Amino acid sequence: MSSTADGKVPRLARADRRRLLDFSRPVLIAVVAVLAVMIVLPMGWLMVYAFADKEGHATFANFVTLFTDPSFVDPLFATLIISVSVAVICGLVAAPLGWLVARTDMPLARTVRTLVMASLVTPPFVGAIAWEMLAAPNSGLLNQLWRSLTGMPADEALIDIYTLEGLIFVIACYTFPYVFILVANALDRMPGELEDASSMLGARTWQTARRITVPLALPTLLAGALVAFLQALNLFGSPAILAIPAGFHTLTTKIWSLFQFPPKPELAAAAALPLLALTVVLLRAQAAMLGRRGYAVLGGKYGAPRLIRLGGLRLPAAALALLVLAMPLFLPYAALLNTAFSRVASQFIGPETFTLRNVVFTFWELSATMPALKNTFLLATSAATLGGLLALLIAYIVARRAIRGHRVLAFLATAPLAIPGIVLGVGLFLAYTRPPLTLYGTLWILLIAFITIQLPAAYQQLGSAFHAVHPELEEAGRMLGATRLRTLMDITGPLLGSAAIATWCFIFVGVIRELSAAVILFTSDTKVLSVLIFDLKESGEVGAIAVLSLVMIALTTLVVWAANRLGGGRDAVRLQLRVAG
Amino acid sequence: MTKKLTRRRVLAATAAVTAAGSFVTPVRGAPPEAQKITAELIAAAKKEGKVTWYTSVDLPLAEKVGKAFEAKFPGVGMKVERSGAERNFQRIGQEYASKIYICDVVNSSDAAHLIVWKRAGLLAPYLPEDVARHFPETQKDPDGMYASWRVTLCPIGYNTKLLKPEEAPKSYADLLDSKWLGKIVKAHPGYSGTIMTATQQLSRDLGWAWFEKLAKQKVMQVQSAAEPPKKVAQGERAVMADGTEYLDYELKARGEPIELVYASEGTPLITGPSAVMVRAPNPNAARLFYAWSMTAEAQQQLNVDLGALRSAHRQVKDRAGMRKFADIKTLREEANVVADEADEIKARYVKLFKV
Repeated sequence: MSSTADGKVPRLARADRRRLLDFSRPVLIAVVAVLAVMIVLPMGWLMVYAFADKEGHATFANFVTLFTDPSFVDPLFATLIISVSVAVICGLVAAPLGWLVARTDMPLARTVRTLVMASLVTPPFVGAIAWEMLAAPNSGLLNQLWRSLTGMPADEALIDIYTLEGLIFVIACYTFPYVFILVANALDRMPGELEDASSMLGARTWQTARRITVPLALPTLLAGALVAFLQALNLFGSPAILAIPAGFHTLTTKIWSLFQFPPKPELAAAAALPLLALTVVLLRAQAAMLGRRGYAVLGGKYGAPRLIRLGGLRLPAAALALLVLAMPLFLPYAALLNTAFSRVASQFIGPETFTLRNVVFTFWELSATMPALKNTFLLATSAATLGGLLALLIAYIVARRAIRGHRVLAFLATAPLAIPGIVLGVGLFLAYTRPPLTLYGTLWILLIAFITIQLPAAYQQLGSAFHAVHPELEEAGRMLGATRLRTLMDITGPLLGSAAIATWCFIFVGVIRELSAAVILFTSDTKVLSVLIFDLKESGEVGAIAVLSLVMIALTTLVVWAANRLGGGRDAVRLQLRVAG
Repeated sequence: MTKKLTRRRVLAATAAVTAAGSFVTPVRGAPPEAQKITAELIAAAKKEGKVTWYTSVDLPLAEKVGKAFEAKFPGVGMKVERSGAERNFQRIGQEYASKIYICDVVNSSDAAHLIVWKRAGLLAPYLPEDVARHFPETQKDPDGMYASWRVTLCPIGYNTKLLKPEEAPKSYADLLDSKWLGKIVKAHPGYSGTIMTATQQLSRDLGWAWFEKLAKQKVMQVQSAAEPPKKVAQGERAVMADGTEYLDYELKARGEPIELVYASEGTPLITGPSAVMVRAPNPNAARLFYAWSMTAEAQQQLNVDLGALRSAHRQVKDRAGMRKFADIKTLREEANVVADEADEIKARYVKLFKV
C-alpha cells in the first residue's frame, strides 16, 4: 500500500476501519462535549440574560437602555476612540521597528527581539500601575524630575497619566509587541528576490522599501493593527486603574461595575454582546485579509533577504529602538523597583528612604500572599498541561483529519478568540452559579476560564507545528502495526517537542497575566496573583503591589527559561496572537 | 385618604420613636447571656485551627490585629480578607447565595450592612462580656448580633508641604472654591463603607447640591477611604475631601506631610461594627476572635494605640496626640437610613461623578 499524494491515511481493511470508528466516535463526542461545556454553555447563558429582564421575560429593554443611557453610550465611545488610537499608534511604531529589526543591519537586533518578548510577559495592568508611579501629574517620578530640571512650579506636569491620552499611551505600550512580532515574522519570511530585483533595476533603498517591502507587508500590518484594536477593546486592567481616577469608564470597566452590588447581570450581559459582535466581525475581516496569502513556509527555493545597510544611521536606529522599548520596559521596571524599596512611592530611593519594609509586609504580614501564589501556580501549571493536551488532541484530529466532523472541532477550538475575557467571565459566572453545576467558588471555574481563553492560541500553534511534520512518518508507524495512540506518543510527540514546550509556556504566561475573567469569578479562597494585585491597588498599597509584580515577573521568566532549557535549546517561538488581559 | 404603608414610613416612625441611636432594628425577645472567654472556648477554637475575618479596615492594621490574635492564641491561624466594605457586602451576598461559607467574623465600616444582614438572618447572636458591661447601648445591637469594633471619623485633610495651615480649607463649603479645581482627591461610596456612610450624612446635612458643585471640581476619584490620605501624603493632590481619620494620624506619626481638618459644619461619624456569621465554618474560633477583639486590652493596644482608631469601650482612653472625641463636632449617624437608601445614594453619586 502506498500513501496517496495528498497525504490522506491509506484505506484500511474493513476490520481495521471498524476498530478505528469504534474509538474515534466516543473521542469526538467527548471532546465536543468538553468544548461545549466550556464555551457554548456560558455564551448561551449570556444571550439568555441579555434578552431577559429581572423576571425572566424576553425583552429588548436592556439594549434600549444600553444605547440611550449616556452612562453606557459614553463608555462605548471612549472604548472605540481608545481602540482606534491604539491600533494606529501600534502600527506606526511597530512597523518601522519591525522593519529595522528584520531587514536592516541595525545592531542589537536580537536584543530588541528578546526585549519585546519581555514586554509581553509583563501584564498590562502592572504596566499601568507602574506608569501611574511615573506619570501621575503631581507625585509621578518623571514629573518630579522634569520639575527639578526645568524649575516649573509645583502644579505643572509634563505628563498626566490620568487622561484619555495617558490610557491610550499605556495600552499601546503593551499592545505594540503583538504587532511587532507579526510584522517582524512576516518580514523575516519575505523572499529577498523581489527587493534584489528592484535594486538591480536602480531603485534606491527607500524607494525599494516604499514600493516593494511595504505593499508586501501591508496585509500583515493591517492584520496586526486589527489585533491591537481588539486587544485595546477588551482590556480591563489598565482602564480600571487609569480611567476611573480620571472620571470616565470604558465598556469593560462599565461591565465590571455592573457586577458590583446590587449586581445587574442583564445589563452586563447586554453590554457584553456589542463587544462580542465587534470582535467576531473584526476577526473575520482579519482572516479575509490574510486569507490565501500569509505565512506559508516558502521552502528552500528563495534566498534569505539581504539586510539593508544603514551606514551612519546604525547607532541612531538602535537608540530609537531602545527608546521605544524604554516605554514598556525600562521606565516601568525602574519605577517598580523604586517603589518596592522606597518608604513612600513618590520618593526616589536614597539612603534615608531605602527600606525592606514592603518586602517584609508582602511576605510575612500579608496573609493573602501565599495562598494567592499557590493558587496561581497551581492553576497556571494545570491549565498549561490540560489545555496543552486538549489543544494537542484537537490539533492532531484536525491536522490528520482523523475523524469526521473535525471541522466543527476546529471551529470550536478557535471560537473563544472572539470572546473578550470579561465577557467570558460574565458568561461563566451566569452559567455556573446555578445548579446542577455550581462551580462558582472553586478553582475549577477559574481553570475552565483560563483554558478556554488560552485554547485558541495553543491550538493554532500546535496546528501549524503539525503541518510541519509530514504524515509519512506517522503512516510508516501505522503500516508497521502501531495504533494511532502509539504513533502519537512515539513518533509525532517527540517531533513536536519544542512546539509543545513553547505552547505550554505560552499558556502558563497567559494564565498568570489573566485578570479580566478572574476578577469576576474569584472568591476569597480562590484568589490569584493578578486579582490580589488589583485588590491591593484599590486600597492604595503600592509598596506591596510593586513587590508582588516583580516577583510575578521574575517567577514567570524563570519558569519559561527552565521550560525552554528542558525542551532542549532555543526555538524561535512563533507566538500566535490572542486577545488577553 | 389612607397613606400607603411603605417600609420607609414604618422605619421613619420607628426612628422617630426610638432614641437617637444608630441601630434601629425590631427587638426579638430577650438579648443573649453575656459570655466570657473560657478555656473550653479556646480549646474548641484551637481544634478548629483557623478563622477567616472579612474586614475593610486598612490592610496593614488588619494584618497586625490578625498577628496579635495568633500570638495570643497560638494554634488558631488568622486569614484576613480585606476589601472595601461595599465590596465585602457584595461578596458575602454572592457567597451565601451560592451556599459558599468562608467568612467567620465580619467587620464593616458601613453599619447599615449589619442591619441588612441581621434582617436576612445571616448573623449569629453572641454577646461577649466586655460588650455587655462596657459598651454603651447605642454601640451594640439589643439582640446581641453585633457591636462596634471601631469608631472613626471622615475628616478633610491637606498636604503640609503644599499648603500652609492658613491656606487650607476649613469647611466643606470652602472645598467648592475654584482655587481647589483639580486639587482634590476623594473616595467612592460604591467601594468604601466609610464613604457611603459619610455621603449619606453629608447629603442629608449639606444637600446633594453640594455634591453637584464638588463634582465640577475635577476631583480625582479613588476607591478606598484609605487611599486619599496616602495620595495626599504622596503629594499627588493637595487636599482630600474625605478619607479615614485613623490613617491620617498614622501617616502623621510616621512623619508624612499630612494634617487633618475637622470641618466647621461637622465631621461624618463612622462606626464599624463586627459580628459572627451564622454559617461560620469555624464557629468557636469566630467567637473567640470576636470576643477578644472587643476586650479593653485589644481595643486599647491595637485599635487605639496602634491604629489611631477610636473605641466604643468605656474603659479605653483616646490616643495621646489625637484630638479628643468629645471636642469634635460630628454629624449624626443613621445606619437604618443608609440601609434603605444605599442604592439610591450610589446611583446618584455615579450620575454626578460619572464613575
